[in-house]
Amino acid sequence: MTASPDLIQDLQLKAATLRARIIETSSRAGLPHLGSCLSSVDLLTALYFYQLKVDPSKPDDPQRDRFILSKGHGVPALFQVLAMRGYYPVSDLDHYGEDGTVFGEHPPTPSHLPGIEAATGSLGHGMPMGLGMALAARVNNLPYSVYAVLGDGECNEGSIWECALLAGGQKVNNFCVLIDFNKWQATDRSEDVMALNPLADKWRAFGWDTLEIDGNNMAAVVGALEEFPSKSGKPLAIIAHTIKGKGVSFMEDDNNWHYRIPNADEVALSKKELGITA
Amino acid sequence: MRNAFADEVTQLAKTDSRVMLLSGDIGNKLFDKFKAVDAKRFLNCGIAEANMMGVAAGLALNGLRPIVYTITPFTTTRCFEQIRVDVCYHEAPVIIVGTGSGLSYAELGPTHHSLEDLAILRTLPGMQVLAPCDAIEMRLALREAIKSNQPTYIRIGKKGEPAIHDPQVQFQIGQAITVREGSDVLFVAAGTLMPQVLTAAEALGAQGISVQVASFHSIKPLDEAYLRNCLSRHKLIVTIEEHGRLGGLGSAVSEYISQFASHPPLLRLGTLDEFMHEMGTQDYARTRYGLDSAGIVRQVNARLADV
Repeated sequence: MTASPDLIQDLQLKAATLRARIIETSSRAGLPHLGSCLSSVDLLTALYFYQLKVDPSKPDDPQRDRFILSKGHGVPALFQVLAMRGYYPVSDLDHYGEDGTVFGEHPPTPSHLPGIEAATGSLGHGMPMGLGMALAARVNNLPYSVYAVLGDGECNEGSIWECALLAGGQKVNNFCVLIDFNKWQATDRSEDVMALNPLADKWRAFGWDTLEIDGNNMAAVVGALEEFPSKSGKPLAIIAHTIKGKGVSFMEDDNNWHYRIPNADEVALSKKELGITA
Repeated sequence: MRNAFADEVTQLAKTDSRVMLLSGDIGNKLFDKFKAVDAKRFLNCGIAEANMMGVAAGLALNGLRPIVYTITPFTTTRCFEQIRVDVCYHEAPVIIVGTGSGLSYAELGPTHHSLEDLAILRTLPGMQVLAPCDAIEMRLALREAIKSNQPTYIRIGKKGEPAIHDPQVQFQIGQAITVREGSDVLFVAAGTLMPQVLTAAEALGAQGISVQVASFHSIKPLDEAYLRNCLSRHKLIVTIEEHGRLGGLGSAVSEYISQFASHPPLLRLGTLDEFMHEMGTQDYARTRYGLDSAGIVRQVNARLADV
């Protein structure tokens, strides 16, 4: 791995700050899907502060890397990441959830907020759109890559597997998906609803290179991203084993936090655990 | 019309490097000339239409002008949510082409009929819905759709449809084309039934009923000005389409003219609110639903008896 320990530490601090902001905003604006946001924070942090070739001052740059949050209900996390990365002021999110703003429970369209590449929310849509963007790079001879974060629950959708087959068949090696495998979907253990396991074997069988990592370990996430693009010429699926509600002891692996909104005491306790005083 | 489509997209691909063709594993050999222009702009997306539509949206949002092509039910109702969200919500300039529309594939049964597509697609914000009557309208519709930079659905036939228009005909999305002048009855028709419609108009003419025939190739946007101009000129308006009577061209015309205190009665011809369970050719199916020329004449005469 080429990333320094200092960089990893910096990314970890960013992730903790983001978790605190997400929890505060969830409490203030009454936003659900907190557990789903917290599991993905380390993936989003590593992508936006280490991996993606993007310039927030040029959100339409044809050469930019594209990122799609295919599990669109996790957008409270992405909105905070985009603000921290400089696409818009963090203070814009003080108005999260207010009537007439673009900050809701799912991403708006790209023309309504810089940094957003696809208005996801209906599961199973973002990944195919991302594949189209990756194929466009091939046709237009542009050097960018496309990254998408999927939920394990989202992998219930048939369109994910249609897309996986086509990307594998076409060897679209500028396409990387990260599966936020937090083992839960809205109402049950994902493994008990659909036969997801062995998940890495499935992606491999569909023509992808795969890596299995601890998706809440920043060094592991960064290390996996350094493996992209795969030398084999295949697209890359990073199976990121994560914990729903990661970072707050009383939220971790408790699926009630798919919908629950934290109260003021729970926000304070969360921030204390995260080591965030502000 | 299908072969003309293959030829037209090939011509477009030669002059516009943004044009890309996505096929849902149909058209064996049909697109060899397209592939010869630029193989990387042809993509067989397999029998996986939901993904194909999402991929098309991603391509369209990144500078390309994808044309998605497969049999109508599979490129419309099969992946309707992808059309709604990925294409229309994102205002992605994707052109969706449904081949073998209406009852073109009558013999293949209701799985391959498309008698709801116009109704469903025209509900989507920003979507243009076109049903050309011949290969000339189809070619012009494709060219104009690319120029428009808007999501567009084009419903085409299968093969062997006769030419209606002169190749120099003026075509604009949202503007109906008068095919035949007349003063008593206005036929508002869309799609490949046009030869039957014109034959019916001639037959009614022989009875002393003067029929104007307009090709309403654009179901959305609808040529409202054309209709407005005819409200006081004709004593009956007849919509004719190879589509269900619910929600298609007839409904669009009805929605528009119903706002006026006074308008001619409207006769909506199309298929019934049912699936066709028996086997039959396209001609058989058209006759069954009164969409052959004799059926059109019969229904118009019956309605005129009450006007």
